[in-house]
Amino acid sequence: MEIPYTVKPREDTGLYNAKVGIWLFLASEVMLFGGLFSSYVLLRVGAGQGMWPHGLMNIPIGTFNTLVLITSSVTVVMGWAALKLGNFGKYRLYQAITILCAMGFLGIKSYEYNEKFHHYELWFHAPKTLAELPDAKNQAFVEDGLTDKEKIGTLPSVVGHFGYEKDGEEHHAGPFWTKKDFEELGVTEVIVHLDDFHYRIPARLQAQIKKKDHGHDDPSEAGDHGHELRIPISEVRRISAFVPAHSTFFAIYFTLTGLHGLHVLAGAIVIFYIWGPGARMWKRDPERYSNRVEVSGLFWHFVDLVWIFLFPVLYLL
Amino acid sequence: MQATTDTTEHTSHDDHHDHHHDIGFLRSYVFSTDHKIIGIQYGFTALLFLLFGFFLVLAMRWQIAYPGEAIPVVGGLLEALLGDMAAQGKMSPDLYNVFGAMHGTIMIFLGVVPLAFAAFGNYVVPLQIGAIDMTFPRINMVSYQCYAWGGAIMFISFFIPGGAAQAGWTSYSPLATVVPTDGQSFWLVGMVLLITSSLLGSVNFIATIIQLRAPGMTWMRMPFFTWAQFVTAFILLLAFPPLEAAGVMQLMDRVFDTSFFLPSGLIVSGNPMNEISGGGSPLLWQHLFWFLGHPEVYVLILPAMGVIAEIIACNTRKPLWGYKSLVYSVLAVGFISFIVWAHHMYVTGMGTKISTFFQTTTMIISIPSVIILTCLFISLWGGSIRFNTPMLFALAFLPMFGIGGLTGLPLGFNFADLMLHDSYYVIAHFHYVVAPGTLFGLFAGVYFWFPKASGRMMNETLGKIHFWLSLIFMNAIFMPMFAQGLAGMSRRMSDGGATYAAANMANEGVIGALSEAVINSNIAITHAAFGLMLAQVPFILNFFWSITNGKKVENDNPWEATTLDWQTPTPPPHGNFTKPIAVYRGPYEYSQPGHDTDFTPQNEPEKA
Repeated sequence: MEIPYTVKPREDTGLYNAKVGIWLFLASEVMLFGGLFSSYVLLRVGAGQGMWPHGLMNIPIGTFNTLVLITSSVTVVMGWAALKLGNFGKYRLYQAITILCAMGFLGIKSYEYNEKFHHYELWFHAPKTLAELPDAKNQAFVEDGLTDKEKIGTLPSVVGHFGYEKDGEEHHAGPFWTKKDFEELGVTEVIVHLDDFHYRIPARLQAQIKKKDHGHDDPSEAGDHGHELRIPISEVRRISAFVPAHSTFFAIYFTLTGLHGLHVLAGAIVIFYIWGPGARMWKRDPERYSNRVEVSGLFWHFVDLVWIFLFPVLYLL
Repeated sequence: MQATTDTTEHTSHDDHHDHHHDIGFLRSYVFSTDHKIIGIQYGFTALLFLLFGFFLVLAMRWQIAYPGEAIPVVGGLLEALLGDMAAQGKMSPDLYNVFGAMHGTIMIFLGVVPLAFAAFGNYVVPLQIGAIDMTFPRINMVSYQCYAWGGAIMFISFFIPGGAAQAGWTSYSPLATVVPTDGQSFWLVGMVLLITSSLLGSVNFIATIIQLRAPGMTWMRMPFFTWAQFVTAFILLLAFPPLEAAGVMQLMDRVFDTSFFLPSGLIVSGNPMNEISGGGSPLLWQHLFWFLGHPEVYVLILPAMGVIAEIIACNTRKPLWGYKSLVYSVLAVGFISFIVWAHHMYVTGMGTKISTFFQTTTMIISIPSVIILTCLFISLWGGSIRFNTPMLFALAFLPMFGIGGLTGLPLGFNFADLMLHDSYYVIAHFHYVVAPGTLFGLFAGVYFWFPKASGRMMNETLGKIHFWLSLIFMNAIFMPMFAQGLAGMSRRMSDGGATYAAANMANEGVIGALSEAVINSNIAITHAAFGLMLAQVPFILNFFWSITNGKKVENDNPWEATTLDWQTPTPPPHGNFTKPIAVYRGPYEYSQPGHDTDFTPQNEPEKA
């Protein structure tokens, strides 16, 4: 005996079984992401003054990713509509674009993650002015009269790409390194290539750094060629890349976007399966097939909607 | 006399075998997609875990009554299996914490919820609504597998170095994060699997009840048991995910050194934690945990109330009193259960406005709960009561749940809770609701539906012995704990309170010290606990013996019940009903005037 209403909707509810199922599942997913968003709110509200990072996310990339996902939501609907109208070829095309958009989104996200894992922050035992750091290259700051403590203010930490010197050569720090990894190598100094666009550096200093750097006037070129500092290990309280352990901001960022990314992947796999190997069902039972396409499309819309919340919360606010 | 049932001539059993030969042993009994097999799988596994959880607490009770003495009989075994934690067969404080955390976890998530919701629900709900199976049989199978593997992970965690989780079933951070055993991480992984199992199950239950009711089975003709399972499924669907999120975050705290729940400046065992970022919030864990934790307790009680309702209607030979009130109340309980959670957090230093809010909602939720209990009580009035074993358990449930529920009220008031929080009063309260409450409901359900699943009755004499001894011993265990709690005895003390005993105080007249009476009650309670364990022996023997030797049922409806689950062949075949079924009347048409029999099944048409 066949379970009723797997394809044809039940009259009084107007729904077929899988549609009820997916909406119920989405309700639970709302609660799941809701729990994480609530955690974000609690953590941010509870963070001390100035302790919540800002400006660490790449907004142009995030915006592009948002457009990619929105596009995929549009194509997934177009695909389902084409299928309902009997146009299998058009469905195939639109759904292929959906899958490509999903892959694109994940690719861009991986690039972002990788970039984060190679970006470091170093916290001092006590906040410093740059001039207090014993480093010959810092003489440039001194000469410009930047040693005045009142003008600079103090830095609790510095941010940038880190390295170390061994046998006269500079090496990059690996991803996920902490202070221990530098200590185990036996190096006495951490080489810091400052990021001038990160919040820890006061605005006045940033302008000076850009000007100083090989005479480039274009700030965008200053980037990784920024001043190099050498920080003695003894001055270092903590080192962390922009990984989950870095701060509660990154912890919740990676958890939220990681979970979301897993949902994108899962949805893409399901949509791909139905588009590819599972397409045989179109010949056998077209109505059941288009139901599957609809249900996977509903899930896809949810995944997109979560990103619509994630992007402003994590990137813009 | 019996109403007609759709039954073939007992060839159903042979058909059953043939079908299973076709698809093999694994797909018939291990990876079955039939809701009845899955229900039985859940039932057996859950009963095993209940027994295991009981053994854990018996060992703890020994330590509480006789602190520092080696545990008899199993002490050596514990030492052999668990090493240093059970050195010389004694329960160390660490082992006490392990057993305490796992007793709670296992009883709730591996015992009661799978039995009450998944086992009874899976077996009975499709039958009661006239469906041939759940809407998603394969998802049903996956949900059982997730439960089984989650349970396996929980069980295995006992045997890894460092032992199983030991930060309470509530797993509060920072303790749960810094406990130096991988068992705590195993617990989190196990929980994720169990939550997944519940989520898949809830989707199935709700979709099935919405979509697969037989023609004529309107919402207000559904048996109360199905309504209760419906609300329970919604609670599980919406309340579990925040705990899943929290579990993932706590796992990240443990494995990836994040600081979701770890505040700044944390010092553990004298060592400041310098490597972590800090900035997290232990309160965040508590909110996320109790957001599930409170609705969870309604998950524990509602299915049992459903079972009781069915048994009372059937064994009083009259309709339930206040069916509409029951339905609206159970829906109300479901909704309100989501806005009371912080009554578990009164002592965290919350402000008066917020604690007043939660106190108010907590008081309000007692109204629909009491309405349900009252309707069940009034249903007895004027009934022709049959005192069989299921009915005895159902009758005892009513006052026992009354005690459990009423003793929750002082806990719901924030000022009273300041004194009672984390005391033995709390233990007494929730055990009354779950043990002589829910468990009695589930025992009743086993005795009641056993004949439908097996074709044989369980033995009445053994059933009555099981009932009376369980009732006496459960009260002997938990009633004194109210007094202990009011006297100030705290929970989770591995020495049974000896540290705070008046007898052990350096000075006389220390206020708040535990009196002789309080400490000595520990011994009586422990003896009663062992008595309760012995009282389960007749049940276990009865259960297994009756499968093959019980008195065969004379027909498909030995209790002469009206609901559709009793209008099937015995046991129901794949597909449940041999021909399509339709419903013509409400669920409790007992003793209706103008009928020859004192019950009319739901699928019996109106006479011309």
